[in-house]
Amino acid sequence: MRVIQKVGNWLDQRLQLGAAIRDTAGHPVPRETASWFYVFGSAALTCFMLQIVTGILLALIYVPSAGEAWSSLQVLNHGISLGWFIRGLHGWGSNFMVAIVLIHMAQVFLFGAYKFPRELTWMIGVILLLMTLGMAFTGQVLRFDQDAYWGLGIGASIASRVPVVGPWAVNLMLGGPIIAGATLSRFFAVHVFLIPGLLIACVGVHLLMVLKLGVNEWPMPGRIVRRATYLKEYHELAHTKGVPFVPYAVWKDIFFSGFILLSIAVCAIYLGPFGPSGQPDPTIIQTAPRPDFFFLWLYAVLSFLPPSAETPLLMIGPAIGIVVLLLLPFFAGEGEKSWKRRPIAVLTILLVAVMLSSLTQLGLHTPWSPIMDAWSSVPIPAEYLQGRTALERRGALVFQAKQCHNCHSLDDMGGKRGPALDRVALRLTQDQLIRQVIQGGGNMPAYGKNLSPAETTALVAFLETLHPAGQPPAGNAAREVVLGASAKASSSTQP
Amino acid sequence: MTQPTGTEPTGVSRRAMLVKLGLLLNGVVGVILAVPIVRYILSPVAHARKIGYQSWLSLGGLEQFPSGQTRLATYRNPVVNSWDGETADIACWVRNVDGQNFQVFAINCAHLGCPVRWFPQSNLFMCPCHGGAYYQDGSRASGPPPRGLFTYHYKIEDGKLFIDAGEMPTTGSPVANASGVKSTCA
Repeated sequence: MRVIQKVGNWLDQRLQLGAAIRDTAGHPVPRETASWFYVFGSAALTCFMLQIVTGILLALIYVPSAGEAWSSLQVLNHGISLGWFIRGLHGWGSNFMVAIVLIHMAQVFLFGAYKFPRELTWMIGVILLLMTLGMAFTGQVLRFDQDAYWGLGIGASIASRVPVVGPWAVNLMLGGPIIAGATLSRFFAVHVFLIPGLLIACVGVHLLMVLKLGVNEWPMPGRIVRRATYLKEYHELAHTKGVPFVPYAVWKDIFFSGFILLSIAVCAIYLGPFGPSGQPDPTIIQTAPRPDFFFLWLYAVLSFLPPSAETPLLMIGPAIGIVVLLLLPFFAGEGEKSWKRRPIAVLTILLVAVMLSSLTQLGLHTPWSPIMDAWSSVPIPAEYLQGRTALERRGALVFQAKQCHNCHSLDDMGGKRGPALDRVALRLTQDQLIRQVIQGGGNMPAYGKNLSPAETTALVAFLETLHPAGQPPAGNAAREVVLGASAKASSSTQP
Repeated sequence: MTQPTGTEPTGVSRRAMLVKLGLLLNGVVGVILAVPIVRYILSPVAHARKIGYQSWLSLGGLEQFPSGQTRLATYRNPVVNSWDGETADIACWVRNVDGQNFQVFAINCAHLGCPVRWFPQSNLFMCPCHGGAYYQDGSRASGPPPRGLFTYHYKIEDGKLFIDAGEMPTTGSPVANASGVKSTCA
């Protein structure tokens, strides 16, 4: 023991860090902040450190070259002992980091931590969130597979819509005219040097400010933040009534970080690394690119924006969002901190959470995408064909052969791009069905040029059978009144 | 006694001036260094503006593209590095309209660049990403695309089909002509 103490003293005499570390560890915090609600910031830092370590380990093998990256990932997955596990840790660590940063942000928002004097801490936190998302996107690009390749195409297409400088932005982003070697090299530099360097610097400042200004006190309803009195009140809470951070609060941070690391490891072991999916060969077009989990909501938004509003919303929307987040402490730098007295803050968080999770859910199912092979792989249910006439069955064949099934479902199977057709005969009369098939409209292509009159007749005859047994199909009452019984007879035999 | 008499006012101002001169020197050197750094970073843009990335490329003999049909063709991008691997192989759709006239469509959807697929049975191009669809002549049929498919200029020489390509077409910079249909040569 004496030897260790001697070595310690020798080092401290030269480093002069002992006192600073003791002060930092023992800095006083308000008693109520030794809480499980205050563990997310340190957990995010733990994830970041895991990402640095596993990232360096991956860089030992990974080749940032468009021609070699994909095969080097295959080597990592299959050729290097436990390479798949390191990739799993890095991939799952990334998902956990984004999730925890978002939870941390929601928590400090609900606890009013962005108010005086912690405005800058919040603003740097917003920048840290953006950089975390930047790491997630560039990291997905480095997993250089089909999803990465076409994801870059989506990124370039969005960049191209910037007014005036759009085409240059595309060349700058891709490093050339197309997605190729130069593109991967620059995303590697951004993912491995640029953003991590900035992240380390910003995390340092963020932490330093938490230490210097003190961690946000537990908000009490009615305890109002005022610039004139806040510092004195906080000093009272932290220094007079407070407790030292170590050991009163730190043990919860340590336990939670350990739990998060364990969860990441469990995910990596049982669920494995992410991809890579198919080779980044742009001539292989049998692919349905999907972004990673935390960008699925954006993928969904991009399919729902109307074409006319898409470009302005893409350009202005994110800018407004970021500015609002950055300026939040200046609208609401004082006042009530407790979420119990801030219903709009609570509603905002709920609204954003519901919005993001619904869009993510939609992004997982992509109901807006035709199912490309439904016409050849999803059969029409047998009960839709039993007891049908030859013409109606011929129509069912047209339905499959003309790929109607790619966008329309029958018995919940097939595409969801257009409406399900199980009860279409209840909604549309024969004339309306013919018009819809031939002229399209309402987001359906016109098939007039692609169907012969005989095919259209057969298809509509089949569609007219799609109604529940007990309910008659929609009919044009006026037609029957005008033409009498002959209309009814003719409508059931010919269009 | 500690202050050297007479030299104090000039000494301080001289040191302050030297600091300022030193900062000025660093500022000048900084600007001199910044110019090549910025030009280095902007080199992909400068290349596009000065020389351009486009050139005429062969898609192969006309016999590969039967009249009335639409076929997938691939070409090697003209601006290429040795480490680009398969990413420099680009696909496009060639439509032989009537044996005389052709249309060559970019593989990239006009919405956000995903690869569109041709369905000869329904005569539609469909995009797997956000559900865009196009008719056989490349015009928009439905979904989020703001326009029809991007079209390359083409020409026919010695029984081969050539297109003017080299840059990924995007909505903001549709390298090929915006109108969609044009035949430079018959």
